[in-house]
This record gives sequence, structure tokens and C-alpha cells, in this order.
Amino acid sequence: MAADVHKKKGWEVPNGSLAPGDGQHAERSESPTPGLAQGTEPGAGQEGAMFVHTRSYEDLTSPEDGAAAARSPEERRGEPAELTSMEQISKDFSELSTQLTGMALDLEEEMRQSKEGKLEPSPQTTRRDSVLSGKEEEDVTMDAWRMHRKHVFVLSEAGKPVYSRYGSEEALSSTMGVMMALVSFLEAEKNAIRSIHADGYKVVFVRRSPLVLVAVARTRQSEQEIAHELLYIYYQILSLLTWTQLNHIFQQKQNYDLRRLLAGSERITDNLLDLMAHDPSFLMGAVRCLPLAASVRDAVSTSLQQAKAKSLVFSILLSGNQLVSLVRKKDQFLHPIDLHLLFNLISSSSSFREGEAWTPICLPKFNSSGFFHAHISYLEQEMDLCLLLVSTDREDFFTVSDCKRRFQERLRRRGVQHALQEALRTPFYSVAQVGIPDLRHFIYKSKSSGLFTSPEIEAPYVQEEEKERLLGLYQYLHSRAHNSSRPLKNIYFTGPRENLLAWVRAVCSIWVSLSSLVLHGRAVGEWHNTGVAPSPCAVLLGVSLHPCAREGWAGIAVGAGELRHRGLCHVLL
Amino acid sequence: QEGSHRLPSSQCMVVLLGSTSVGKSSLAYRYVKNDFRDSLPTVGCSFFTQMLNLEVASIKFEIWDTAGQEKYHSVCHLYYRGAHAALLVYDITNKETFNRAKLWLRDLEKEFLPDEILIALVGNKTDLAGEREVATEEGEEFARTKGLLFMETSAKSSHQVNDTFMAIAQELLQREREEASHHGLLTADLEESRTGTRCC
Ligand SMILES: Nc1nc2c(ncn2[C@@H]2O[C@H](COP(=O)(O)OP(=O)(O)OP(=O)(O)O)[C@@H](O)[C@H]2O)c(=O)[nH]1
Ligand SMILES: [Mg+2]
Repeated sequence: MAADVHKKKGWEVPNGSLAPGDGQHAERSESPTPGLAQGTEPGAGQEGAMFVHTRSYEDLTSPEDGAAAARSPEERRGEPAELTSMEQISKDFSELSTQLTGMALDLEEEMRQSKEGKLEPSPQTTRRDSVLSGKEEEDVTMDAWRMHRKHVFVLSEAGKPVYSRYGSEEALSSTMGVMMALVSFLEAEKNAIRSIHADGYKVVFVRRSPLVLVAVARTRQSEQEIAHELLYIYYQILSLLTWTQLNHIFQQKQNYDLRRLLAGSERITDNLLDLMAHDPSFLMGAVRCLPLAASVRDAVSTSLQQAKAKSLVFSILLSGNQLVSLVRKKDQFLHPIDLHLLFNLISSSSSFREGEAWTPICLPKFNSSGFFHAHISYLEQEMDLCLLLVSTDREDFFTVSDCKRRFQERLRRRGVQHALQEALRTPFYSVAQVGIPDLRHFIYKSKSSGLFTSPEIEAPYVQEEEKERLLGLYQYLHSRAHNSSRPLKNIYFTGPRENLLAWVRAVCSIWVSLSSLVLHGRAVGEWHNTGVAPSPCAVLLGVSLHPCAREGWAGIAVGAGELRHRGLCHVLL
Repeated sequence: QEGSHRLPSSQCMVVLLGSTSVGKSSLAYRYVKNDFRDSLPTVGCSFFTQMLNLEVASIKFEIWDTAGQEKYHSVCHLYYRGAHAALLVYDITNKETFNRAKLWLRDLEKEFLPDEILIALVGNKTDLAGEREVATEEGEEFARTKGLLFMETSAKSSHQVNDTFMAIAQELLQREREEASHHGLLTADLEESRTGTRCC
């Protein structure tokens, strides 16, 4: 087992160095362009290694007990070979959009069975379709704990609980028992199982020695996406402890109770999981920008650049979970995952509101073996504007604190504070501003900059469930577009409630929700056949587009400069 | 007389140490903002400054509010390295935090010579008298044997919070004066402390 684990550690080689390089070259980048890492495709890099060796439970057992035959249609649909036709996708989609509310399952029971090697749903444990259909009297009999859409557990390889998302004490004691059994099962099977698919839910394992992360999800995310979220949790833990310290601890004592060291940080992990359920940043592997006039942003960036110090690697100004500006030391890149972890840390702790915080933080994608030291403070008492200065030197608090002072002074002298304040008053823009009728929502991601822009989620996605449903749809599109065995560049879905488009290219990707009327009516005659399937996307974005739509699309895709001009996004192409 | 003895304003670094959720941040917040609100555990460390104007001197308190969580222990010594005073805070309703405060003291004793740092033992949350686990006498007695200042406070009700910082300022000024007279130093030397970081 140990050998197997180590084999997979290739990705952990730090892709950066904590040292600021030799002093002479340690200048900051001339450009105010946010220094996000290139090639920020979610799932790029490290995850690949994990799934190469994936074997499903069925692969292991079907010769003996014919479990494959017992698989549900839903499960079989999850197989790459059957994902090919647009028809099928369309069918999946309509099912998806009506079924995203999920179904009740006796997870614990299911998992006990999986432990005993009987994965096929038995009559007692198959889904109870009616339970969630809004009958109130059934609520009382439901075990609320089991009804959560996604459970996440972290255990040590010795089976000790490290984290549970919905960890009521009673629930924990019984569940951890099951988890421990599962872990030993994993052990026995030589690490072969990565996920278990059952009727309507997935159990996904990610093993990152010395931890095992488990998700039990009723969402329609792909296995890869769930695993991607689990990796975020793993990175979150690393950001508190470093990979080096984590490993050292478990080398010293295999059954160490890590909860001791993580005590008080559960809320950071909880917050991360909640964010991932609502915020497309994680799915996109990109960072959202605060809409801001380009001139103001440039002034902010210049001010940040001027407030430098030798030990300072990244200077980041953010508001809520949106990036205002990021300035980096030359040749140092901040991976979106690291930036997401920083955003999450800040949004999950009110303690930064007062005074100036100075905290060790590991940026695991940059260097998982050491700590940076982050100076975190809000600029003004009542303004949601947080300054994050990342330094390599833990002794450098006062120097870095002085950078903050200098930054604020520059801002004042440039007279952009007022404009900033204005911008903070409207941190989101309306989709109507883009000027495409029937456009409900979109996500535009620029891969080269690792940034995305997206309007506020408006009607009909008003209710929380509707918002989650929309994100679920994007997740689904995303998993289809990035399916490893059959990636798709253009996807078009006609759903009962909306039409969805995905247009995925090397430099950028666009994900769109349109009113279900639009394409049937106006543009249907103008579909193009790109060779893959009828792809209105290509049409919409390219040549023979309905004039009024084309203009709007130019705003999103062709003329991304437009968005920059309107201050919707910083640097897009 | 006052005028001629007025010391130059000086900086005084105070570090708050103690287990998680004993109320270190609440004490700092009470002292700096004169307010109380439910706070979340500190991440790493928070830095505050607060001016204290006394008749004889004005003191700029630099307050390091450290995180009590175990994972930050390894970095705590960073913050108390240059400190002039330390508040060892425990929660009077939780005996364990009192025992932890004793351990903190041992750490400090390793780092500092006896007269290098002023240490105050602070029992917080006196408003929760009903749940008290550490008797006042117990804290007092321990502080006496170790030569520490002793206070019981409530960040919530504001009980003795200002007094604690005031007592620290007074004691540090007193020590400064003693040191000065001990070495027969005069105003010229005191002037130097204006630029130095050494307190008072
Ligand atoms: N009743 C009462 N509660 C208090 C008092 N001081 C703090 N608390 C509460 O105790 C809890 C912890 O307070 P903090 O100030 O965050 O504790 P801390 O020592 O800073 O904790 P760490 O930052 O984790 O080391 C909070 O819920 C406070 O509201 C007090 O004097 N009385
Ligand atoms: Mg605190």
C-alpha cells in the first residue's frame, strides 16, 4: 500500500519555490496583470494521476457475482462509451433538470453493504422516490443528517476521524465505524476502489497519504468533480499544516488524532464546502473579478505595485470573493486553487475585521512544504475591501504592515478611493447589461488569465435550490465538456426549463443559460452543422448569427475587450 | 514637578497568550474598541495598537493577540520574542485553561530572564461566576509564588480590562524608573528610548 501511495505523489513536487529568488531579480512584475498560473483547467495536472488507475467496483467483482448485470440504468449511463450521442446527452439533461432535487437514500445501510461486497441496491435500500416530493409529514421521519446532498469525511489512514461535514456526535460515532470498515476494505483491495456508484449517489474516495477523503454525494457531479472538491479539502488541510508537517506527524505516530491540530478550523473547511456548492469559481478553476472601471483598477494595481517590499511575493486586494487586483513578484505565479483557499480563509473568519492579522499559511500548489506569512487586513472599517500581503519572511510583519500604509496613501493620492467605494456598492452586474434578449446567465472564462466573469444570478434562479440547480447544470455541462474519454467543444442542450450552451476553446470557455424559447424561435433556422452535432454555439459565436444576438455575443466572446471596457472583468484575452 | 518628570512617549509590546477561547481577542477588543462581541477563533495572530496617555508619559501599546489553537503554537514564540509584557490569560470557568497558562509561563521562563518581561496572570470571564472552576485565591496564590501581576477580568462586562493594561503600564514605568535610577542615568538616556523599541 505504501508503495502504491508513493507512486502517486508525483504531483506533489512543488511547482514553485518559497525563496524570493536572488535579490536582484526579485522585482515585481511590470504589468498589473493578475499573475495567475497558466493552464488552469480544473482537474488539470494532479488529478489525472488519480484516475488513471481507477477501477470501479464492478470491474473487480462482475466475473464472480455478476454485479454488472445488476447495475441500474442510471449507473450504466455514467459510462463513457455511452456518453457519445447528443441525443443521449439531451435526454440526460432533461432528466437532470427535473431530478436535481435528489432522492432519499439510506446511505449508511448502503455503505455497510458495500463493505460486505454487495453493492447492488437491495429492495429495502433502493431510493424512496416519494420521500422528497414535498410531503411534509415525511419530514419528521427523515433523518435530516442523511438527507444532506453531500457528506464529506476525512480520515487518517489508520481510520481515525479527522473531519466530518455534518458531524453531529451521534452521527459521527456510527458513521466513522462504517468509514473505518471502508478504509480497511480499501486496504484489503489494494487501493483499487476510487468510487462506488449506486442508485442515485456516488461514494468517491481520494487517498492522499496519510489522509483518506470520502464524499457521499447525491449531486449529479461527475466522479472527477467530486474528487476535485475532495482535493480542495485536502489542500485546505495542507494550507493549515503543510504537507511536510502532516507527514511528519503521521510518521511519528500512525494513529495520531489530527482533530487536535485542526480544532477550530472546521468552519474554514465547512465554508469551503458551502462555497463550492454555490460558487462556480471552483468548477471553473478561475477567479471572479469585481466589476470595476479599467482606469480605477489600473490605479489600484499601480498603487499595489508601488507598495512593495523585498519579502513580498503577492499583493492581493479582494472584496467578498471577488478579485480587485493581484500583483505578484516577477516569475512567481499564484495557482487559482491557492487563491481560492486564501479567499475562503478570509471569508470564513471574521477575526480579520479587527486589527492586522499575521498568520502562517501554506499555499499548497505553490509550495506544499513551507509556510508563507500573510498580512490580512480590511482597508476601512465599513468597507468590504480586504488587503492580503503574502510574505516569505515571518519576521517581516512591520515592513509588510508599512506596505499597507503606503498602499493606502497611494490610493488616496490617486484619488481612486471614491470610485472604489462606488464599485463596491454594485459588486455584481445584471445580465441585461450584456444586451442579449433571452440570455439568463453566463460564465465567461479566460483560461490564459485564470479569470472569469459572470453576471448576477437573476430570475428565474431566485430560490436557493434554483441557484444550485443552475450550478448543477453548469457542472453537468462541464463534466461533459471535459470528459476524459470524449471531450466536447460545443454542447447544446434543450431542456424543459432552459437551453444551455457550452463553447470550450483553448483560450476561453463560455457557459450559457438561455430562456427555453430563444433558440426554437429566433435562431433555430440558423443552426450550423460543425460536424460534431448541430451546434448553435458556433453559430451564435460566429458567422451566421441573428443580428441582435451577434452584437451581444460580441460583448462576451469576440470582443472581450468590451467587457474590460465596461469594467466587468480585468484582463480577459 | 509633573512636567519635568514626564517621560518621552514610548512603545510597549504586549503579547496575549493562553488557550483557545479564553477570551484573548475579546480582551483586546474591549481594550481597544471598548466593545464586546462574539468572536471567532483567531487565525495566526492579530496586531492592534492603542495609545495610553498617562500624566507622566504616553505609551503606545502594541498588542499581539495570538491564536490559542494548538496548530499555531509553533509560531507563537515569534510574537513574544520582543515583548515587554505578556498577559497569560485563562478562563476562570475552565480549570484546564489555568493549567495551560502555567505551561505558557514555563515557555516564557525559558525565553526570558526574570526581569526581562513583565508577566500578568489574567483570569477572564468573571461575569460567569456561577460556573467558576478556578478560585480567585488559587490564581492569586500562583501569581504570588511566581512573581506575576494578577487580575481577574471580564471582557464581556468590561470588568478590570482597562485596569489590567493600566497596571501593566504603571509597572513598566516603575521598572523603567528604577532601572534608570539604579544606573544613575538621566534624561539624556531616556531620550534614547524614543527611537529604540525597548519599552518605557
Ligand atoms: N461570558 C463571557 N464570555 C467571554 C468573555 N470573553 C470572551 N468570551 C467569549 O469566549 C469566546 C472566545 O473568546 P475569544 O476572545 O475569541 O477567545 P480567544 O482567547 O481569542 O480564542 P483564540 O483566538 O482561539 O485563541 C467567545 O465566544 C467570547 O464571546 C467574557 O469575559 N465573558
Ligand atoms: Mg482570539
